[in-house]
Amino acid sequence: MLAYWRRVKIENELIYLFLRSPVTQVAAIVALVSVLGALLAPLIAPTNPYDLASFDLLDSFYPPSWTDQGDPRFLIGTDDQGRDLLSAILYGTRLSLLVGVSSVAFAAVLGTSLGIAAGYFGGRFDAVVMRIADVQLSLPAILTALLVDGVTRGIMPREQHEDLLLVVLTVAIGLSLWVNFARTARASTFVERNKEYVQAAEIMGLHPMRIMAVAILPNILGPLMVIGTIDLAVAILLEATLSFLGVGVPPNTPSLGTLIRVGTEYIFSGEWWIVIFPAMSLIFLIISVNILGDFFRTVLNPRLR
Amino acid sequence: MGSLLSVTDLTVEYPTRFGVFTAIERINLSLEPGEIHGLVGESGAGKSTIGAAIIGLIAAPGYIANGDVKLHGESLRSLSADAYHKLRGAKISMIFQDPQTSLNPLLTIEDQMVETIRQHSDVSYSEARAQALALLEETGIRDAQSRMSEYPHQFSGGMRQRVVIALALCTNPDLIIADEPTTALDVSIQKQILALIRELAQTRKVGFILITHDIGVIAEITDSVTVLRGGKLMETGKTAQVLGTPQHEYTKALMAAVPRLDKRLDRFSNILQDEPDLPTPELLWKVEGASDTFATDWLLRGERQAAHDGPVLSVRDLEVTFNASGTFSWRKSEGFKALKNINLDVMPGQVMGVIGESGSGKSTLAKAIVGLVRPSAGQMQFNGAPLPYGRDRGRNHAARRKIQMVFQDPYSSLNNRRKIEDIIGEPIRFFGLADDRAERRKIVASVLDLVEMPQRAMLKYPHQFSGGQRQRIAVARALVARPEFLICDEPTSALDVSIQAQILNLLKDLQGKFGLSILFISHNLAVVRQMSDQVAVLKNGELVETGAADAFFEAPQHAYSKLLLSETPSLASIAA
Amino acid sequence: MIAFILRRLLQSIFVMLAVSLLAFLLFRYVGDPVAVMVGQETSIEDQERLREQLGLNDPVWTQYTRFLGNLVTGDFGFSYRTRQPIGEMILSRMPATLELGFVSLLISLIVGIPAGIYTALKNDGVIANAILITTLIGVSIPTFVIGIFLIYLFGVQLGWLPTFGRGDTVAIGWWTTNFLTVDGLRALILPALTLGIYQLTLTMRLVRSEMQDVMNTDFIKFAVARGIDYRSVHYRHALRNSMVPVVTIIGLQFGGIIAFSIVTESVFQWPGMGLLFLDSIKFVDIPVMSVYLVIIALIFVVINLIVDILYFVIDPRVRLSPEAG
Repeated sequence: MLAYWRRVKIENELIYLFLRSPVTQVAAIVALVSVLGALLAPLIAPTNPYDLASFDLLDSFYPPSWTDQGDPRFLIGTDDQGRDLLSAILYGTRLSLLVGVSSVAFAAVLGTSLGIAAGYFGGRFDAVVMRIADVQLSLPAILTALLVDGVTRGIMPREQHEDLLLVVLTVAIGLSLWVNFARTARASTFVERNKEYVQAAEIMGLHPMRIMAVAILPNILGPLMVIGTIDLAVAILLEATLSFLGVGVPPNTPSLGTLIRVGTEYIFSGEWWIVIFPAMSLIFLIISVNILGDFFRTVLNPRLR
Repeated sequence: MGSLLSVTDLTVEYPTRFGVFTAIERINLSLEPGEIHGLVGESGAGKSTIGAAIIGLIAAPGYIANGDVKLHGESLRSLSADAYHKLRGAKISMIFQDPQTSLNPLLTIEDQMVETIRQHSDVSYSEARAQALALLEETGIRDAQSRMSEYPHQFSGGMRQRVVIALALCTNPDLIIADEPTTALDVSIQKQILALIRELAQTRKVGFILITHDIGVIAEITDSVTVLRGGKLMETGKTAQVLGTPQHEYTKALMAAVPRLDKRLDRFSNILQDEPDLPTPELLWKVEGASDTFATDWLLRGERQAAHDGPVLSVRDLEVTFNASGTFSWRKSEGFKALKNINLDVMPGQVMGVIGESGSGKSTLAKAIVGLVRPSAGQMQFNGAPLPYGRDRGRNHAARRKIQMVFQDPYSSLNNRRKIEDIIGEPIRFFGLADDRAERRKIVASVLDLVEMPQRAMLKYPHQFSGGQRQRIAVARALVARPEFLICDEPTSALDVSIQAQILNLLKDLQGKFGLSILFISHNLAVVRQMSDQVAVLKNGELVETGAADAFFEAPQHAYSKLLLSETPSLASIAA
Repeated sequence: MIAFILRRLLQSIFVMLAVSLLAFLLFRYVGDPVAVMVGQETSIEDQERLREQLGLNDPVWTQYTRFLGNLVTGDFGFSYRTRQPIGEMILSRMPATLELGFVSLLISLIVGIPAGIYTALKNDGVIANAILITTLIGVSIPTFVIGIFLIYLFGVQLGWLPTFGRGDTVAIGWWTTNFLTVDGLRALILPALTLGIYQLTLTMRLVRSEMQDVMNTDFIKFAVARGIDYRSVHYRHALRNSMVPVVTIIGLQFGGIIAFSIVTESVFQWPGMGLLFLDSIKFVDIPVMSVYLVIIALIFVVINLIVDILYFVIDPRVRLSPEAG
């Protein structure tokens, strides 16, 4: 077993480089802690911030427990409504990750399938997809997300909009990110489709669907994974930004963005912890995801090493 | 001791995560002014590392572990980084392999030459320009006066390499290291560039270190040669002596593997077994019942076409036109005719060699036959039945199985993400040639046996194999479809000569065993000679000559064929 | 050259048409314009008359061409919320956004390009690594957090700089500028920094990776092998080649700047187009949203056209290829 691990450690490039990069290791740990915290929030959070009965307005503005006016019940203090900040952050991270992961998944499926098909078939189809991508590119991510949000506000009645807010948010962010996947998938497919193994499959008469799914897709997963990781960071950032602007998740739902927005209102009056802790959690989460993305990119592109 | 350059006991090491890798070990070389010294060897021989070590540009993290390089008797190893850099260009210069990428695309030829000249001598701009002009004329650029204000992309490949040579020369260096200077060029241009190098060595007394994998090039222009293998020096001496009467076993084997232009051999003999012997468990792993005899029986069992009298493949007036127009343009542009008026017959059980330089349309011909490219006019017949064009050929058309192809680049012809079992098993599965998974496994294992690969290879991925082994796998994949007609598009041009000899032997054996008809495409005339019964010569999309192979190589008819034959570097002068 | 620009122009027009169609659909079909324009008490018949007057019963294509015609002639309609002409609303706020974006882009280029070159050339240096890690953090901190931090530090704690609004401006015709008063310039510092830092890190990383790619090419190796001065190798040969893709991305970046100005304007209450857009979303002010959309796309398309022409100047392969005519 040990001997096997020793061999893997040297032969597997990913593991080898990972073990030699302390920065990446720290990032992986931070990301892991965030993900675990988010997943296990209902189990480990002291209170449930969605449960109105679990907090009391009388408890509001408690500073962190280690300061003079701190209360041992609230490790890092409470917010303006008396919610336990730690619980709010855990649940907020859960929401941020949920929206982030699902919008990236949405973008990945949409973008990759369009991109592979465009790269493989070329011609008219490719031209149309790429022109749409051009239009999409001329509307930066945050603008697209804001627009989708604005449009749905116009179409739906208010209550329905609030119910569907998370779905709207996911679609809005996902729509603004699909172009990255489409362009990367298309460019990689262009390279792959001229390779001889694809020609060999075409000569045999394999169905294009099988060629794209079985032959090409596995060969372009690398660059797509890099895009996926980096876009996850972008998606989390977008979610937080939209929530901060007040057009993301509903105002009373704890997400990292809304917590920061609430926090900024009290920054001038000295209640620094309400903004600092959510902001730090957000920044650490995004930094760690970005470092991991950077790591994948370096591993996959030996020239950058 | 060479009066220009002497390299003694040179050892270069690269630290890697697998430990220290010795790229070259205790290499000795010497060179006189005006001498052309060849460094020859297969991939991994360390020939480029020697060049890089002499000019002081070993890629990080490599380093010189031992030995010395002396230029005019002065040690270069003791030089500071700055002093070494001043030496580059002034005393030692270099020519790279690919003229497409070795010139700065954003600067004119004039800019690049004048900058180089003024870097090393204190002359005015106009003086430098005059020198550059003279040099371009000397290296054979016509209209140098007007062309020097052009950008690299406006020159053809051969012209660009002349510019590169002029750039390397413009500072009057004493030594030029040419790393595969003609590998990216066609034979006719290769001949001219080699002649230019020869001439420059004689008139200017410049010493050349010529790095190449091509023994023909070595025989053609070098005065002396060093044969390398795995970073070690095998044999060195005067070219005629080393190649004519090789002493070392490796040199002998290498010479035996070089395909001869002057006669056709049944098989290459004395082939190097350079694949290390696999540990026994690897070789003992077998799928039950699988063997090369099973493969032979299975492949022969396929239904055979009732003996058809005429040609297997017959091509009439074939024409392929590529449209250069963009996707959204509404005007039909003229297009580029890649093939014009092609007439070709391949008889059953025969090998038709197709010869052509780059851009001659030889690969387009292959693609038209297999249906990857749609012809614009003409007919193709397979076993007497018409062969539909491009996508008109249904996915279940019989020819899709009966015509198979072996590609040039074994690194791109296998899907890196699939196991060998799945790669070879795909045609069996797709054409429904086996009843169940177990039978498929047995066939895959047996066919691997047939192409002389261990059966256990089926459990691995392509990246675990060398180029030669991959090409064997590619042959196996083509074979399991039970084809009647095989197209080999430059199947060995990406391989080292000793591996090439192995693959050619394999193809010859299989062709004999299964009576395959083969269309064998290559730019290398000697390889075509070894393989073919019939020959066709393509030039700019047109067929200029067809005929029986032996007659063709003895007495070619068309002027272009004669030219090609005379321009191919030959060992005849040495290997008498 | 002309054919090349014409082709690009054609593509730009296509993009603009697509965006205007989007804007039209938004304008026409998101919510009912009539219901928003009139009060609850208006009768059905009056509504129907208004509908007819506005041409909302015409065929869709007629309506679209009218919409397009109005856009081209500068008639952008009225805001549902403020009842003001949208053209005036946007025009009065455009200088604030453009000036903010311009200064941020300047910051991003002036700092980002040299830092990118430095880190590309000094691959393993301590300073280069420090810069790299800093930029990774820079990319990871949301713009609004940077803004809040700057406000807290320079506005609240140190009290050096104003934290909201444009300060004093000078009007030149309809254009109001921050550049001519000390107060205006002071007000510009924090928002421009906030917006610039993110773009700066992007610029730097891009320049670095392009430069590293170019340093690995044969022609750079050949230049070194000819003994060309390292300074010339780096700046005359490598930098120029890496600028070709960098120029393209900077064009895209300006779009990003305009978009992220929405966030910055919100944090600093900067009275620009972004703030207007944000308000229009919150109040579902559809006409303003759709016009904003068209104007942003126009700015973006114009900048990309300029980038293409720059491309033409930099790269002889584009300029001298037969295709470019």
